[in-house]
Amino acid sequence: MSASTFREIARNGVWKQNTSLVQLLGLCPLLAVSATFVNGVSLAIATIFVMALSSGVVASVRNFIPHEIRIPVFILIIAALVTMVDLAMNAWLHELYLVLGIFIPLIVVNCIVLARVEAFAAKNTPLAAAWDGAMMGVGMVAAIAVLGGLRELIGTGMLFSGIEMVIPGARALQLLPEDYPGFLVAILPPGAFLVLGFLIAGRNWLDARAARRARPVTPVQAPA
Amino acid sequence: MSDPTAARVSLRTAAILTVFTVTFTTLMAATYQATKPAIEASAEEGRMKLVGEVLPTHLYDNALLTDYVEVSPRAGLGLDAQDDPARVFRARKAGAPAALVFEAVAPDGYSGKIRLLVAIGADNHVIGVRVVSHRETPGLGDYIEPKKDRNKASPWIRQFDAAGFGKVAAAEWKVKKDGGRFDSRAGATISARAVTGAVRRALQFAADNRDRLYGLPAKSSLSPEGEKT
Repeated sequence: MSASTFREIARNGVWKQNTSLVQLLGLCPLLAVSATFVNGVSLAIATIFVMALSSGVVASVRNFIPHEIRIPVFILIIAALVTMVDLAMNAWLHELYLVLGIFIPLIVVNCIVLARVEAFAAKNTPLAAAWDGAMMGVGMVAAIAVLGGLRELIGTGMLFSGIEMVIPGARALQLLPEDYPGFLVAILPPGAFLVLGFLIAGRNWLDARAARRARPVTPVQAPA
Repeated sequence: MSDPTAARVSLRTAAILTVFTVTFTTLMAATYQATKPAIEASAEEGRMKLVGEVLPTHLYDNALLTDYVEVSPRAGLGLDAQDDPARVFRARKAGAPAALVFEAVAPDGYSGKIRLLVAIGADNHVIGVRVVSHRETPGLGDYIEPKKDRNKASPWIRQFDAAGFGKVAAAEWKVKKDGGRFDSRAGATISARAVTGAVRRALQFAADNRDRLYGLPAKSSLSPEGEKT
């Protein structure tokens, strides 16, 4: 597997096939936990773990899985890994676990995990598959970081609230003035859809601009 | 070689599936065993920390978390019949009653139940109140939780500290908007009203049942009629 393949996988995961902004898969946790930056990024990092692990594991046993029962086996593997991540977080990141609560088990049914396992890991080497899973997860982290950061900033005027659950001693930043009244809708579920809509539009705009710059503008033929 | 029969294929496939199931079940069971002590410790620590917020540790010297009485849901602490019984922890200092810590519920929050811990001293005044869980609107009703309260200097929930029926009569134990004595924030009275009511019920319950609560053996239960169940 050459370095360029790995670069291509990374580009796919983070930008071209970004799960949250292009494929629009796995939006349930994305929208639900992105009210603050810290919650969103933490869940996305847990998702990276699960995706890299499950893709790697599936790819390494792919030759032993009969085609007709591949989906039960994939789901078994994903569910087992999520269970382990869930237990590990409960044990060693308890405060964060209390916040993310129900969303960690929900990684099991995050369709993006099964989608990558089925579409990529089942046909590739373990290393490439784990890298693909991780990069898809990184794409999700990037999207959720921007989404959560914007929602939190617009909604409360702060950034990184709850960071002390992850890094003891760290403090949230008050970016807007103390007397910023807050903009409630940004933190409520509808705000997630609104901000996500703007993010998708922004990403499409960047792509369109890049495409315009890449190829020289061909003069339009004037009608005769 | 002739085509294998369907039965043979199914058996072989089932065997493979079984191997996978056994392997991953083993992994899960091993993780469970490995994390169990840490999970139990952090759950215990979490409960202690919460109790510590309503009741300073110097006020008692017994093993508070195991010295509790279960109060039946029908006994007026705001629980529904299908709820688990509420625990009332009995804090003692040198064997003498020091305080009762109630798991109280405000069933009438804006968005479902608000669960509280209420510590009530031996002289029937509130030592501290904390919200354990709630689903009030973020940024609006969630000021009942001191972490979310914008007024960090004197969070809303602290106005109950040191209050009791001696200072505020039971009939006036309401938010100001309802003609009582406690503040609430404009636009989010419901959350404040619910918490205020739950604290009043806990105080009332403590005043009425203190001796019976202390009289029962640890981990027994108290039903509304006073019969042991």
